[in-house]
Amino acid sequence: MAEAEAHGHGGETRRDFIFLLGNAMAVVGAAAFAWPLIDSLAPAADTKAASTTEVDLAPVKPGQAITVKWRGSPLFIRSRTPEEIAKAVKDDKASMPDPQADEARHQDGKAQWLILVGVCTHLGCIPLGQGAHDKKGEFGGWFCPCHGSHYDISGRIRKGPAPKNLPVPDYRFATDTRIVIGEKPKKASA
Amino acid sequence: MSSAMQPAPQPRWMRWVESRLPIFGFLKDFNEYPTPKNLNYWWTFGSFAAITLVIMIVTGIVLAMHYTPHVDYAFESIERIVRDVNHGYLLRSVHANGGAMFFLAVYVHMFRGLYYGSYKPPREIVWWFGLVIFLLMMATAFMGYVLPWGQMSFWAAKVITSLFTAIPLVGTDITNWLWGGFAVDNPTLGRFFSLHYLLPFVIVGMVVLHIWSFHSVGNGNPLGIDVKSPKDTVPFHPYYTVKDVFCIGIFLLVWAVFVFFAPDYMGHPDNYIPADPLVTPSHIVPEWYFLPFYAILRATPDILFINAKLAGVLAMFASILLLFVLPWLDSSKVRSANYRPAYRVLFWILVADCIVLGFCGAYAPDEGVFRTASKAFTWLDLARIATAYYFLHFLILLPIVSRLEKPKQLPFSISEPVVKPAAARA
Repeated sequence: MAEAEAHGHGGETRRDFIFLLGNAMAVVGAAAFAWPLIDSLAPAADTKAASTTEVDLAPVKPGQAITVKWRGSPLFIRSRTPEEIAKAVKDDKASMPDPQADEARHQDGKAQWLILVGVCTHLGCIPLGQGAHDKKGEFGGWFCPCHGSHYDISGRIRKGPAPKNLPVPDYRFATDTRIVIGEKPKKASA
Repeated sequence: MSSAMQPAPQPRWMRWVESRLPIFGFLKDFNEYPTPKNLNYWWTFGSFAAITLVIMIVTGIVLAMHYTPHVDYAFESIERIVRDVNHGYLLRSVHANGGAMFFLAVYVHMFRGLYYGSYKPPREIVWWFGLVIFLLMMATAFMGYVLPWGQMSFWAAKVITSLFTAIPLVGTDITNWLWGGFAVDNPTLGRFFSLHYLLPFVIVGMVVLHIWSFHSVGNGNPLGIDVKSPKDTVPFHPYYTVKDVFCIGIFLLVWAVFVFFAPDYMGHPDNYIPADPLVTPSHIVPEWYFLPFYAILRATPDILFINAKLAGVLAMFASILLLFVLPWLDSSKVRSANYRPAYRVLFWILVADCIVLGFCGAYAPDEGVFRTASKAFTWLDLARIATAYYFLHFLILLPIVSRLEKPKQLPFSISEPVVKPAAARA
């Protein structure tokens, strides 16, 4: 009787069961030990707390630009004049490496505010163009001096080796003149 | 029998590797290693030390990713680990309490060696490698304790590194070289961090040598007699792998009790005060595992032409270094104290003496032992008696007793005490 229990179907025994159970528990134990070690490398609480930045836009006049540090990188915040906005929209259909409409690169009703991550998408230099007297490249936006990438007044790559447009980070308008960078805009209630 | 141990032919890829580097044969030999079948639970403490070393290295490497070895940032970086880093409180607690668990395992392991004659021929080199590991552990633990840069960290570093000024003539120059300056400061912290990261890997190498050396001559066993035939042994796997894993589970449970229920119990509250070179704590004490040596250090008076400070340093180092010549101090041919009734008494008195030394290290030397206001008998007096007895044990009592004692009759073989009564009953 005991033997019949010991030999399950296919000749499996209690020993096989114990081996399987023991090894499975060992794997679970090893994973439980490894997980905190691996997860401890992920951004810590203070790093995550620094993941959003509030910026007051009131002092920035049309035609001016400021640079803000966010998550370790510079952010370009440009207050565009109506002429600059018009030029950006006009170029929507122009041939460019990473086609994108200007409308997709700012928030509704806030075409004046262009907020971009100021890191060239080629190899990571910081493009010139924030200062009033900086070289702004052939398209009036930004110019990366490292390898000659030209970005237009919507931050799109137009000429040069960079593959992608300057990224637009998540941000939302807390008030008309304060933005919180790093958070998505709240969905408007229906 | 479906679970019979039929060796299947090795897969081709394994044979490819094996012919280039015989790693699988090596592991097979390790698993099948003929181990005496009578090892008792005192033999599991070596495996506790090994698993603790692995865990300390793994947690230490991850902690080092978040730690800043600079006097202005060290303390804060550890607070950041505990508060902000994901699971940081756990990593820190495991690592800090692991240091204590490591010494707990190693002290029991060493006293096992003393009781069962594991240092006797042909295992003298096993013993020496073990002592080197112990010295490396002490250095590593000392430097690791300095890293949080709390009050105890700083002042322990100051006291212990200042010991080197006791060396005649060149003492101060050597100490300034050690410090990288004129006092314990940032250069000292930086080099302690580097060495604290390095030494555990040196310990790993020494552990490999330690295990190799007792694999060459064979394990000792509680009876202290040589293995006579394969019938006295069992393969290491599965018998001792399973036993070790089970006992490691209990060891880890004890460790976990400290980590989760009393993470700072073995620490000193003053180490949560950032280091202040201008304020000495009221009681500078090391962690518990250094207390006996601390007691010896403080116990010595001026001896002849040697001042008390130098005498203390020499006595402290001598207390460990004389263990290297233990195989010659204790010359009994009988290994296990089970068969040495006189030595067995001495052994337990030594254990008690070491515990007494530990308490002496914890208290201020000028306080009375029995809390009498008269201070007729202070902790310093007790420390002197206990230190003197420690050296008396090794230098006088052991040589005499080992030569004069009458040991009990040894059994013929490891199997004999088990097999013979059963055969007699049959």
